[in-house]
Amino acid sequence: MEFSSARGRRRAARAGGRGRYPHSLQFYLAPPAESVSLAEFESFAVDRLRLLKVVENLGVKYLKGTDDYKSKLEYELRKLKFPFKALAEDDYDARRKDHISHFILRLAYCQSEDLRRWFIQQEMDLFRYRFNELSDSLVQQFLEYVNLLYEPISEEVKERLKDELLMSTPGLSAEKVKEQAFYKIPLQDAQDLIRVRRVLLNYGFALVPHQDMVVIILNNYRTKLSKALALTARSLPAVQSDERLQPLLNHLSHSYIGPDYSAQKNTGKISLEQIDTLSVKSYPICMRQLHKALRENHHLRHGGRMQYGLFLKGIGLTLEQALEFWKSEFIRGKIDADKFDKGYAYSIRHNYGKEGKRTDYTPFSCMKIILSNPPSQGDYHGCPFRHSDPELLKQKLQSYKISSTGISQILELVKGMHYQLACQKYFELTHDVDDIGFPLNHPNQYFVESQKLLNGDSPVYQFLPALSGIHGLKKGHLKEGKYHTLEMKTALCPLPQLPSSCL
Amino acid sequence: MAGFEPSALPELLPLYYRRLFPHGPYGRWLGYGGGECGAAGRAGAGERGPGRESGAGDPGTEPAAPPAVEKNYFARREFSFTLRDDIYVRYQSFEHPQDLEKELQKTCPYKVDIGAVYSHRPSQHNALRSGAFQAQEKELVFDIDMTDYDDVRGCCSSAEICSKCWTLMTIAIRVLDRALVEDLGVQHRLWVYSGRRGVHCWVCDDTVRKWSSSLRSSIVDYLSLVKGGADTVKKVNLSDPVHPFISKSLRLVEERFEEYALLGQDILGSRESWDKVLALVPEPLREQLQQDFPRKRDSVQRWARLKALVEKSRQSSSSSKKLPSYAEKEIMLQFCFPRLDGNVSKGLNHLLKSPFSVHPKTGRISVPIDVQRLDQFDPFAVPTISSLCRELDEANDADEDRDKENEEDPEPKRRVRDYKRTSLAPYVRVFERFVEDMERARRGELLRRSDLQGDF
Ligand SMILES: [Zn+2]
Repeated sequence: MEFSSARGRRRAARAGGRGRYPHSLQFYLAPPAESVSLAEFESFAVDRLRLLKVVENLGVKYLKGTDDYKSKLEYELRKLKFPFKALAEDDYDARRKDHISHFILRLAYCQSEDLRRWFIQQEMDLFRYRFNELSDSLVQQFLEYVNLLYEPISEEVKERLKDELLMSTPGLSAEKVKEQAFYKIPLQDAQDLIRVRRVLLNYGFALVPHQDMVVIILNNYRTKLSKALALTARSLPAVQSDERLQPLLNHLSHSYIGPDYSAQKNTGKISLEQIDTLSVKSYPICMRQLHKALRENHHLRHGGRMQYGLFLKGIGLTLEQALEFWKSEFIRGKIDADKFDKGYAYSIRHNYGKEGKRTDYTPFSCMKIILSNPPSQGDYHGCPFRHSDPELLKQKLQSYKISSTGISQILELVKGMHYQLACQKYFELTHDVDDIGFPLNHPNQYFVESQKLLNGDSPVYQFLPALSGIHGLKKGHLKEGKYHTLEMKTALCPLPQLPSSCL
Repeated sequence: MAGFEPSALPELLPLYYRRLFPHGPYGRWLGYGGGECGAAGRAGAGERGPGRESGAGDPGTEPAAPPAVEKNYFARREFSFTLRDDIYVRYQSFEHPQDLEKELQKTCPYKVDIGAVYSHRPSQHNALRSGAFQAQEKELVFDIDMTDYDDVRGCCSSAEICSKCWTLMTIAIRVLDRALVEDLGVQHRLWVYSGRRGVHCWVCDDTVRKWSSSLRSSIVDYLSLVKGGADTVKKVNLSDPVHPFISKSLRLVEERFEEYALLGQDILGSRESWDKVLALVPEPLREQLQQDFPRKRDSVQRWARLKALVEKSRQSSSSSKKLPSYAEKEIMLQFCFPRLDGNVSKGLNHLLKSPFSVHPKTGRISVPIDVQRLDQFDPFAVPTISSLCRELDEANDADEDRDKENEEDPEPKRRVRDYKRTSLAPYVRVFERFVEDMERARRGELLRRSDLQGDF
């Protein structure tokens, strides 16, 4: 393959006649320009989020690029109906879904540094997988299509610099320098090679051998994506004022896919006496920490009461039990019964939808705990993997009798910012299983799965299989009667049309 | 320098900012040819009359051309001042260089720092919704501080420097300056003595100022070789192939290694000191050298032995398929390769002390260094604010009679002459040449652009 040729350009032009998506792989340069029904909007978004979660999990479990990794990822792409094979001619629907769903998640994941970082990481891995699946000629077509035609250096320059070129890339030989083209790449597109000093820099250009061009393409993709997310973030106020989109986007970024654990079937199947034992055996570490703090201090501040209170509701405490539980603990501290009834009982009833707007609040998912309302001094809520100092976390894990290899595995995941995977590892270690085989996304899911394992297939906690909808997203949110479709163009690109170089 | 007392600053600073600080070229520098303030005629409030005698650097006479930088470029620049009693004021900004000049003369800061060019005027940052106020552009800056070399210089420690260890700074400048030009294709570098124990570099090319912080990080990683803190014994590790950046840097280090490390620091002078060096040599060679060293006369001879032995082992390693050792190169780099404070260079919103700011502890002016005449630069000859003010007094006394004869001589003209008549003059000249080079390049670029548009 080569990166510039008139022949290739003609081919690309012909290919362009095949419709809006001439390639299975996209740089997602232009936002969708069509109308999309709200139902489609929602299901596309959920599927892409699923896909990205799979990408994250596979990337930690397998070595990226290995056969296992690739076959698992292909399976998921196929299952979720995203383009999975570069050569399929008639996968217009899959390509369209790929395009639109990517842009929807951009809206949801541009809102904070954490979200952006996560989104870019998964999209990059997905892109790398797909790019490596392309044949040489498809690579060539794709590069022309996205306008990444870099200028090769002349034979004369190559001859003059051949020794330096040879010394700049490990593993090159004099013959390899001779036979392959070297391209003049602007510094910002070659950062990944520059950072590790694996490329020759010559008066402001990186001279990149053909064999390393995949790094350049990925680098370019990341730059474009991260700029686009920053621009989207700036335009977000306009999007958020769209009352149809705002709740959906918030749910997408803060939530997970699966049952919402709002606890209907299991209500009343737990007695208050069991809680101390359960907290040691089946609580995730965030809830164990809250329970312990509550027992020790006879108090929890607001953030802790919300996070723990809704979790307790999720595992099956009735409103009456919850009132009794909190009251008995609080009155052992500085709060007397009267003050409790006046000050705290309200918010517990509120959690159960008996006060205020009467919304039936759902327990917090991991994403919500990790991303919103970080704990400050005196707080015990949050995700200990995300919010604790690694040294304190280590001590805590030691006190929970986790083996030192287990601890270092967990800390390694924490270092890589895979907080949920760290929690998953904690589950596996405390339940003595090798691989729980599903992503862990919710403290109540942790509890349910733990109970299942400990009690055999307990009939008490049966949940619907993963719902197709998004957690907490109620029909009313979308006001379907009022607006039937969304103009994608206005929804996704509220800025004045930008030159493609900015996107 | 002799006689500087920090307590005299309140008295000296007003004089310094009024009569010595080079406001003219300073404003032209940070204006970067921007529409509002780039023209020398407007920017150089203190630079009228003879100040323009060089004839260069006056874009005001050029045909109207698109501005080189975005609107309000100067006005969106952050300055921060350190006032008396360490009162630190951030997010100062000024519409025009003249306004900065007035403010400097009014508040007389002990220290001036320069920050980034932001999306909005920094002075208004409180009025903006969070997230809207963002650093957009900034010179690429480097900060090299002698304290980071304490483990490899025996002559001084912490804030002290002497002429021996100053060589480290000149090596750092040579190594980085070469890489900036030949590898990164940069044109406009301003090297500045920090006033005490280090040097700064401001890379000012239009394209570089727009670099993202991730590109800056990548470049800093590319330029960094010495890794690890006090616990790390071996701080440089080379592997095959040795990248051209490293071999070219090594050539510059080698030229001064004998003079600095072997003669100046005498790093192989005693058993105690050579043990530290031999800790960086792989095992079988180390034993051999421990036997050989006592028999050699001095550091130079011992080094020759070490180098010969490592080179020989490297030649045989290619046939025996062992990993080659680059110990002699690693030692030279560990002792002499520039040690950057990476964080200063990576971020956009990091502040760095401005050129021509006074060092509050030593009183020395932070002056530009002429890289062409680097060996002649003597940090101990750099004027202090007190020496300058004294020179100015003496010059004025001598001139008083002449001034009386020529009453209508306008005040601004004399101000220009003021710094020219002190030992600050050669340093201002270096600075002016830097600014003029930038202006010339900018005019060339404008001409090129208008040629492309077919305006001519
Ligand atoms: Zn010294």
